[in-house]
This record gives sequence, C-alpha cells and structure tokens, in this order.
Amino acid sequence: MGTHLPATEFDGTAVDDQREADAEAVMGEPPAQMVQLLGPDGKLGFDPVFTGYAEKLTAEKLRGLYADMAAIRRFDVEATALQRQGQLALWVPLTGQEAAQIGSGRASQPQDYIFPTYREHGVAWTRNVDLAELLRQFRGVSNGGWNPKDTNFHLYTLVLAAQTLHAVGYAMGIQRDQKLAASSAAVVRSDGQDNGAAAPDAAVIAYFGDGASSEGDVHESMVFASSYNAPVVFFCQNNHWAISVPTNVQTRVPLSNRAKGYGFPGIRVDGNDVIAVHAVTEWALEHARQGKGPVLIEAFTYRVGAHTTADDPTKYRESEEEDAWRAKDPLKRLEKYLRAEGLADEAFFAKVKADGDELAAYVRRTTHDLETPDIRSAFANTYVEAHPLVAEELAWFEEYSAGFATEEEPARQAVTAQASQEAGH
Amino acid sequence: MTTMTIAKAINEGLRTALTDNPKSLLMGEDIGALGGVYRVTDGLIGEFGPDRVVDTPLAESGIIGTAIGLALRGYTPVCEIQFDGFVFPGFNQITTQLAKMHARSNGNLTVPVVIRIPYGGGIGSVEHHSESPEALFAHTAGLRIITPSNPHDAYWMIQQAVDCQDPVIIFEPKRRYWLKGEVDVEAPGLAEDPFKAHVLRAGTDATIVAYGPLVPVALAAANAAEEDGRSVEVIDLRSISPLDFDTVTASVKKTGRLIVAHEAPTFGGIGGEIAARISERAFHSLEAPVIRVGGFHMPYPVAKVEEDYLPDIDRILEALDRALSY
Repeated sequence: MGTHLPATEFDGTAVDDQREADAEAVMGEPPAQMVQLLGPDGKLGFDPVFTGYAEKLTAEKLRGLYADMAAIRRFDVEATALQRQGQLALWVPLTGQEAAQIGSGRASQPQDYIFPTYREHGVAWTRNVDLAELLRQFRGVSNGGWNPKDTNFHLYTLVLAAQTLHAVGYAMGIQRDQKLAASSAAVVRSDGQDNGAAAPDAAVIAYFGDGASSEGDVHESMVFASSYNAPVVFFCQNNHWAISVPTNVQTRVPLSNRAKGYGFPGIRVDGNDVIAVHAVTEWALEHARQGKGPVLIEAFTYRVGAHTTADDPTKYRESEEEDAWRAKDPLKRLEKYLRAEGLADEAFFAKVKADGDELAAYVRRTTHDLETPDIRSAFANTYVEAHPLVAEELAWFEEYSAGFATEEEPARQAVTAQASQEAGH
Repeated sequence: MTTMTIAKAINEGLRTALTDNPKSLLMGEDIGALGGVYRVTDGLIGEFGPDRVVDTPLAESGIIGTAIGLALRGYTPVCEIQFDGFVFPGFNQITTQLAKMHARSNGNLTVPVVIRIPYGGGIGSVEHHSESPEALFAHTAGLRIITPSNPHDAYWMIQQAVDCQDPVIIFEPKRRYWLKGEVDVEAPGLAEDPFKAHVLRAGTDATIVAYGPLVPVALAAANAAEEDGRSVEVIDLRSISPLDFDTVTASVKKTGRLIVAHEAPTFGGIGGEIAARISERAFHSLEAPVIRVGGFHMPYPVAKVEEDYLPDIDRILEALDRALSY
C-alpha cells in the first residue's frame, strides 16, 4: 500500500481540485503528499522515514493509544451531554480528532511544553490534566482551570493563534536556559566540581487549526521561530471547518506547504492515523530538541461533530461528507489492526469500554461538585502586587455586600448611612 | 549625583537591570547595533550580546507574544515599541493575553513583561509618530502604566518596572528624551515608589495635574501664574495605573481647583477619570469644575499644525483663568 497519498483524494470537491491545480501552475506548488501508515482498512503501510518510529510502538503502547482515544471520545460524549443538560455553558467537541490529539500528545515528553487551542482535550488527557478541572472553564467557574506548571500543558487560549507566539517565546526561553546551563556548567567545570545532571532538552508544541492559520499571529510566530531556530513544533489540525467556513477559504495551497516559505520542514500527516501522527510528531520533537529548528505538521483530519454545542453543521455541510469521514474513523482502523494482528482480545475492548464509563461517571460526579469561586478571588488575582484601585473597589464591595440582610444578621444599611453622615456627606 | 538626559538615564537603568537580573532581556526593532531609533539601548548589545539584546523581526504582535512566552519560561523581557502609533499590531496580545494571564490562571502564572513606548508629539514627525494612547491601556485591568518626566525618575522607574511582577507599560516622553537633569544612581530617594504622584511645586489657589511630556509645561504655566499673583500647585502623576488619587485629592482639598493636562484627546481620557473621582472624593472642596486641557477629538494632526493641537503654557493658563473665575 502506498503511503504518500495525494491529498486531493480527501478533499473531494471540484473547487479544491481547481485551486490545487492553479497553485501548481502559478507557483509550482505540488499537491501535498500525506504520510499515512495505518489506513482506514486497518492495514499497516510503509514509510522510509517514519516506519522506523512506528516500529518503536510496542503492542502495549498501541493498546494504550487505543484506550486513550476511546477514553477521550467517551469523555466528549459525556461533556456534550452535560452541556445539553445545562451543567456546562458550552462544550467544544473533539470527536474525529482523537488520533491527531492522542498521537501527538503521547509523542511528547514530560519536559516538553504544550500550548493548546481550546479543543485539545485529548492532548490534555495525555498530559494528565484532571478532566474535571478541564471542565471548569466550560462550567463558568474559572477562565483557566488547572495549573499549567503541574503538567506543562498551558491554559486554553480562545483568541485564535495568540498562543502560537507564546509557544515560540517559550521555546526561545528554552534556548536561553540551555546557554545559561552550558555557561554555568563551564564555570563549575573550571572549578573542578561536579556539574550535576543536565536538564533534558525540551521542545514546545503549538496547536492551532486550519481556521486560525489565517491569523497574523501564526505568520509572526513562524517568522520568529525561523529567525531564531526555536525548538517548536507547529501542530495544525486541519479539521476542514472553521465553524462554517471550509478550509479552501483559508488557503489555496496545502497548509503544510506554507512551511517552505519560512524555511523549515512541513509535513502533512493523516490525522486519523494515530500511528503516523505519533511517528511524525516524535520525529519533529526530536528535530526541535536537537537544535535543528521548527517543524510544521498538518494533521489532515475532520471535525465530525459541531464546532461547539452552539453550532449547527447541517446549515453548512452535507451529511454525505460526514459519512465519508466516519469511514476513516481513527478508532475503528486501530481496532481492526489490533484484532487482525492478535494484539488485543475481546477482554481488552470490554475493559476499555468499562474504563470509559467509569471516567464518564467520574466526570459527571465531579462536574456537579465544581466549586463556584468567590468574586474576591478575581480581585485577588488581577494583579500580583498590591493595587490601590483594586483594594478600594474590594473594600466598597465588602461594605455593599454587608448591607444585605442574611439569616444570621439584619441589614446594615441604616448603620452604613449613619457612618456616611458622620463622615461629613 | 550625575547629570544625564532622560534617554541616557533609561539606557543606564536598563544596563543596571540587565546586570542585576540575568533573566532579563531586551527585545525590539533596531535596538541592537543601531541602539534603537532614539539610541535608548545604545551600546547594550555590545555588553550583553544578541541573546539579551534581541533585534526582532518587524512584528509588534510577535514581540509582545513571544515576550509572554519568555516570561512563562521565567524570563523578564523588556520590549521596545518603536513609536506609540505602532503599538496597535501588538494591542491584541497586550490586552487579551498579557493583561489577563495572571487572572485567568487563578494566580498560578505571572508574566512580568515590560513594554517601553516612546509617546507624544512635538517633534515634527510623520503620521503615527506623535500619539498618546495611554488611556486605552489604563482602561485594561491587569496592566500598570507609568510615565517618567525627568531623568532621575526615568533611571529608577525603568528598573522598578523590571522588578515588578505585573506587566508594566512605561510611556517615555519622546520629546523630552534630551532633557537633562540630576540623577542619583545610588538611591531612588523620593522615587522609591513608582506608583506615587509627586507634588513638584506647592500652591494654594489651584492644582495642575500633568504627566510625562507636559510636566515642564505645567511648571512653566505655574511660574507664569505666580507673576500674576496666583499660587499654583503642580503634581506630576508619574503613574497612570494605578493612579495616586490620594495625592491629588489632598491637593484639591487644599486648593479647591483642579486642572488636568495631557496631550491625549480629552474625550475618554485620563483627565475625565480624574475629574470624576475628584468630584466624588472632594466635592465639597471644589470651588470650580475640574477643567481638562488636552488634545482635540481628531486624529493627531499633521506636524505643521501640531502646535495648535498640543496643550501649551497659554492653554493651561486659559484653563486656570476659567477655574479661578468661579
């Protein structure tokens, strides 16, 4: 089976075909070649570069990737239900993108730092973010939800592509840390003392989507990354729809081809092939950690569900298109492979299902218990250092709040009015 | 005590910050070999190297956005925006990301980024090179906004900005870059707190509040008024956010009259905020409405007519006459 498939096979519209033809004619842009190792038929192909990485995936790891994808899909179903029941204000479903997220997330190392968009629940899972904490933002009890320092998984960013620049800056910080460590190690060595264990080389992943690829910050982040050779992997999930606008409004060349203009490698990978995504991301992270600079990965995938629970995809796309992509489902193809190769038995799949249900029950239970914060915490966290205006407004709020009657205490308006009179007003 | 210009004072302040804080670094357009278009970073790349004095691509959102990432990794970036009117490509990163990061992380993350912006007019320059956008940033919670008016403050305030754990924008009065003054590099003295206003001149009949480039103008107006027998107090605000209302209130309770002068347009400006707060805090002390002196509600005009736009001594004296006529 050929592993480098022309992407037009997946685009499937005359408009896309014409635009790719135009791009080739005008700019010499070839259609993107797509790395695929595990096809929708569950058969493993060969790639001269990435098969070597795929072969490192043991049976246990492959089962793990399947279990991860199944868990996060079950979580997605549960979170959608919680939104429908009014327990969440909004939900951003990921179904269809499990392989892109689990494959890339599992390829990262603990010392790497991840900057997600707002749909990377699968990546969050691989970084051990508590999924109940992840729901805090969608329940309206936090604008973050977890401490990024615990997991090296940054907060979700809702302003499209803003995080791609943060990722590059973070990578520039890693470069400086390495130089500082090298210079201090050199100083220590000249003293003849042990320089201790060096920190492992780290890289950064910046997630964004095909829609956000049009944002200026993506361009600027790639310019900065290129100029400073920053250890960053740009991971674009091309899920084909920016709410209601298809990818061909964002670009007339394959997104992965854009890397060429910045002077670093761009790879289009079958984003529904968890083995290929894992292999390509592992390669890219190694490339970055070794000081060879940035890489752009375009994971060619599909948002099977709505953009958010506030969206209605029937207004802008045909169900036939969704069906065609369901046939390329990332879980089904790995299941086929695991069964055909005898790497997983019925008991494994039963346990995966049971674990998913248990996860869903946990999420449901803890969502109900998520604590609503006191607005005083917002006063406290606006600035790090003391700020007189914040202090003044908080003092006013305390005084105002105290004026309302409670069961324990009568209203204090009269007292407040009297105090105000005494102050000379 | 050493005599130096504001530009040199900031240069020296940055040198000290870079020496004292190994995690600090400068970023901006043309700040390396050229030393910045105003030479504020002159010579620093030679001393600290290109990893700590970083010539960036020409992209303001990129400068601020990567500075946020560096701060998340434990660094203290000091960004130079080349001119006031060019900050807007970075406005999104400043207001939606930098200002909110500490709050939205529930206090877990700090982003101690410093942004230096040369601002204000009076230099006969082209479009976008003479603006005063400070109110747009003061309106954004999470940011601190300071603006020195003399070399001693400039030397200490840039270092205090680097030390601060909150994001700080330091608006530098570009037409005063070559103003000379005494700097005590040993101790900040009265400049100990960068967020406190200074009473530069005591008076009893009226108070003029100014900041940045208009501080010398306000002092000159007060001196002129003195020749007419008027005793005018002058306050250099120094910090716009937070704003030291205590110092202004105390002065107004004494003088009963307040004029606020800034180059920025008066509508929606800092002067309006001061007028509103003072009317709440010192209503019974006011003998006249608070009068604002500032730019007009128009895009900053062409250089040949900027003298008609910028508040000057006469405009402040006219406002003083009005305040005293009540």
